[in-house]
Amino acid sequence: MVATALTAIAGASNLDELKEVRIEHVGDRSPIAKANQSLGQMEVAARAEFGKVVGKGRGLVASAFEARQSVLEAERDARVLIEERVDVSITAKRTPQGGLHPLTILTNEICDLFLGLGYRVAEGPELEAEWLNFDALNIPADHPARTMQDTFFIEPLESHLVLRTHTSPVQMRTMLEEKPPIYVICPGRTYRADELDATHTPVFSQVEGLVIDRGITMADLKGTLDYFARSIFGPDVKTRLRPSFFPFTEPSAEVDFFFNGRWVEWGGCGMVNPKVLRAAGIDPDEFSGFAFGMGLERTLMVRHGITDMHDIVEGDIRFTQNFGSGLR
Amino acid sequence: MKIPLSWLREFAELPKDCTPELVESAFVKVGFEVEDIQIQGAGLTGPLVVAKVISIEELADLKKPIRYVGLDCGEGATRFVICGARNFAEGDLVVAALPGAVLPGEFAISARETYGKTSNGMICSARELGISDDHQGIIVLAPNSAAIGEDAIALLEIHEMVIDVAVNPDRGYALSARGLARELALSLGVAYKDPATIDYLAKIDASHGKVVNVKISDPTGADYIIIRTLENVDVKAPTPLWMSRRIEKCGMRSISLAVDITNYVMLELGQPLHAFDADQVDGTLHVQRAGNLKEFVTLDGQKRTLTAESLLIADDKKPLALAGTMGGLDSEVTDSTKRIALEAAHFDPISIAKNSRSQRLSSEASRRLERNVDPAIATVASARATALLVELAGASFVGESVDGAVHDNRLITFDPKAICNLIGFSYSDDQMAHALTAIGGEIERASAGKWLFKVPTWRPDLEVLSDLAEEVARVHGYDLIPSRLPTGKEGATLSPMQYRKRGVSALLANLGFSEIYSYPFVSPEMVATLGFVGPRAASFKIANPMSDEAPLLRTHLLPGLLQALQRNLSRGAKDVALFEIGSVFRDTSALARIGLVPTTERPSESVIKEIYGSVPAQPLFVGAVVSGSLDRKGWWGSGRTFDWSDAVSLAERIVLETGNQVEILQSDLAPWHPGRCAEIRINGKPIAHAGELHPRVLEELGLPSRTCAFAVILSELPFATQTKATPVLTMPAAIQDISLFVPANVASAQVEQALREGAGDLLESITLFDRYDQAGEGQISLAFSMVFRAADRTLTADEVSGFRLAAGALAVERCGATLRD
Repeated sequence: MVATALTAIAGASNLDELKEVRIEHVGDRSPIAKANQSLGQMEVAARAEFGKVVGKGRGLVASAFEARQSVLEAERDARVLIEERVDVSITAKRTPQGGLHPLTILTNEICDLFLGLGYRVAEGPELEAEWLNFDALNIPADHPARTMQDTFFIEPLESHLVLRTHTSPVQMRTMLEEKPPIYVICPGRTYRADELDATHTPVFSQVEGLVIDRGITMADLKGTLDYFARSIFGPDVKTRLRPSFFPFTEPSAEVDFFFNGRWVEWGGCGMVNPKVLRAAGIDPDEFSGFAFGMGLERTLMVRHGITDMHDIVEGDIRFTQNFGSGLR
Repeated sequence: MKIPLSWLREFAELPKDCTPELVESAFVKVGFEVEDIQIQGAGLTGPLVVAKVISIEELADLKKPIRYVGLDCGEGATRFVICGARNFAEGDLVVAALPGAVLPGEFAISARETYGKTSNGMICSARELGISDDHQGIIVLAPNSAAIGEDAIALLEIHEMVIDVAVNPDRGYALSARGLARELALSLGVAYKDPATIDYLAKIDASHGKVVNVKISDPTGADYIIIRTLENVDVKAPTPLWMSRRIEKCGMRSISLAVDITNYVMLELGQPLHAFDADQVDGTLHVQRAGNLKEFVTLDGQKRTLTAESLLIADDKKPLALAGTMGGLDSEVTDSTKRIALEAAHFDPISIAKNSRSQRLSSEASRRLERNVDPAIATVASARATALLVELAGASFVGESVDGAVHDNRLITFDPKAICNLIGFSYSDDQMAHALTAIGGEIERASAGKWLFKVPTWRPDLEVLSDLAEEVARVHGYDLIPSRLPTGKEGATLSPMQYRKRGVSALLANLGFSEIYSYPFVSPEMVATLGFVGPRAASFKIANPMSDEAPLLRTHLLPGLLQALQRNLSRGAKDVALFEIGSVFRDTSALARIGLVPTTERPSESVIKEIYGSVPAQPLFVGAVVSGSLDRKGWWGSGRTFDWSDAVSLAERIVLETGNQVEILQSDLAPWHPGRCAEIRINGKPIAHAGELHPRVLEELGLPSRTCAFAVILSELPFATQTKATPVLTMPAAIQDISLFVPANVASAQVEQALREGAGDLLESITLFDRYDQAGEGQISLAFSMVFRAADRTLTADEVSGFRLAAGALAVERCGATLRD
């Protein structure tokens, strides 16, 4: 009886068959259970002897059953995992990728860089007073830059409002509002009446830096630009200053950087013109300073190999998505 | 300006083998950008000779007219060539390339059979020789200007380096061979000879004749003028080749001898000159404003309407020239001119700039005069041109008339040490003195800390120490300046608004939105389409917009976002979610109008306040539009289209994350759908709008139906104080659901608010999990799930059912709700 049960247990090849075996050989109606039940009607003397035999048999069958069940369960579990295998190479792009405009990513990068040097980020209005955009920066009323070919004026002209042609009025505002030492970086949107083409746009972005402190020299300007260029274009980038002219700086310079085998014009810079300091009420005999400014679109185009300005201004999601959220 | 190297060589002792690289780097070092360097005659080898046209045979019956030309090349025998040009006649002198010659572009000339004839060479155009773009016809030399058979390569000075130099507006003196040669010489450290020191009239005696007199009637227009009168001028005499070739190399055209001489001298010395036909002058020449003179015809034949301030050269009766800008038609030198009044003046640069701007007329003369011309060069240039007219046009010089005076050189007193302090490099005294002398000034070392600098007359831009510092730094090269990194101030950090902008853009980008920067230029049609009224319809107008169709500044971000959406969809995108963070321009109410504010010192605080007050507030928005789905369908199952509720909850989330409490109201603000627009308020003030856009707007813009949008005024959101942490409670939560019927016009936010208040302090959260519109009799059904939790104990069933009843009771009382069960 026990041997029959053990054979049946061993023969069960899956959990369903084992369930049948259980009913037949292990459960309440199995011969061995019935044998056990029959103990009650037996003589006491025989009961002890027979009970021992039955008990031992039941134990053997029960443990064999459990062992077989564990084996079969493990087999089943392993089989389920195999059956549940999927093709993980199918990626589910349920949510479209968004992205920050690369101008935002670059602006943040530059601001962080200068925050680390102890500069504050200063911003100002895009629609600006003509005095702050021009006069105070030593660009007098008859200066060619103030013609309608270059600057957007607001009606009526007596309102003396322009769309700022550079972020320099933010520098002027800072100088009027704060006492030196001044260390600011000014990013923002600027406007000039250029037709949109592959390299120009009437609405563009600039970042300018301004430092006013005691004992500031052109060497400080050079060191700051070197550091800036290395941070943006890589540690091997070289810069050079070329003499130039801007009304609001003296001496003035153009800054170029050497990238991918050629010199690229980056922006303008110089020592803040004493006339500008005076217009802000800063004593040029006590304080000196430098300023620099560059176009962000140009910086972006060179660094990322963007060949057409249209891509930057049109808002096509394929352009922006390529840059993602600036994760790196 | 374009300048041939051979001209610079006359004044600067340049090295023999000046490569283009050397010239470019030398100019760049001292602050002149080189736009282009052209090597004329590169790849050209002879024989190239002067030839005389002996015979012309027109070949008939060809597709285009062709000539078979007999040439005398000084070889004895006549040489025959085929030529397609027609701008020459028998007897003309032309330039012929003979077999064996190679023209630019590796064009080898050989004898060849063509049109049934043998062509034994080629008659050349200027472009074929690579000396100009002129391809109107072949080169015809002036009669008797060259010998037959002469080497044309030398004659035409074909081999030349022409440098196109960009001159900054503060360096008018450098718009001349004289100025550029000085810069090149000081950059290369070679000797320079100033042509202004030559006495051009040394060998010319004035003969007797009638002199044209001049008077500066308006001293604000000029401070010096000289008129030299010449008689017996042979205006038909040819311009010598050396002169016309140089004029051409500078990018101008040779016109006639008298005009060519004035242009040549202007290119050489920088002083614009004008030659009047002296017989057309009535009485005295005057420098004066136009005043009542209204009209005037310039020599280009244009009738000019003058402003009262226009600066003129006039005689006693009529205008003769727009001073420093362009001469008049009636007094220009013509074929019949016998007497010339040659004008050279130092005009007020601003007056010339205004002349040029008001007439939209920029000439070679005005470009120079508005950038400042050396006041001391006028008399020299006049003398140089006079001598050339005597030499080349057989004229006799009869005398001069002068008014005004050339001011003495200015003096700048400075401490040389201050230059080192500004540049950050310790130049030696000799280095500094050398630099300031090389640019043409004179240095007197009065004491160690006090130097006197005599400013060259052509450098009005040099005023203060920093101007001199630039000169010292550029002469010795900016590369000499060391590099030092200064560090700023403690406490450099982003402002709360800058943090907010970063946070909002990162949030939206991570949710699948793409950021754009649109132009803020809007058309009135767009304003009308979007249905903007009130402050959103009153925008600033640009006086000189890029496009007349879009002259307005945006009052909202939606116009730009919707246009970008259109563009993306038209390029095939399906699911498009865009956002922009930017300023809008609204408050057109009368702003303070400031007059002239001087810049010589800091304005008073009240004037500064006025200037600031003249600038309108420009609120900062974040706006977004979505068409399609941010949860797409695919092999995994169906997706979900972005709808009005997503727009509202995103706008709400932005406001909530700034730490503000929101109130959401039904709104019908254009361009949103009047039934699907939420207005989000903080403390009763509208701060955001969100929902689905109006179907009419979407149709007019050709956008898909159900397109959604939201806009939040970031600059109007109050900044919260530091977030206070809420303790994390660990006792078990008790959940109670409550279902209610409410009248359909009651907003669910109101019901939620009533339940929240009624439920008491132990309510942890409340969520609307079901809503059924067709509950009958103008009722809707709402079902909320409320979670309760105490800090210190497990809540009993009786307690939480009490909270639930209390919540329900307040909803019944306040919202007319009935409990469903």
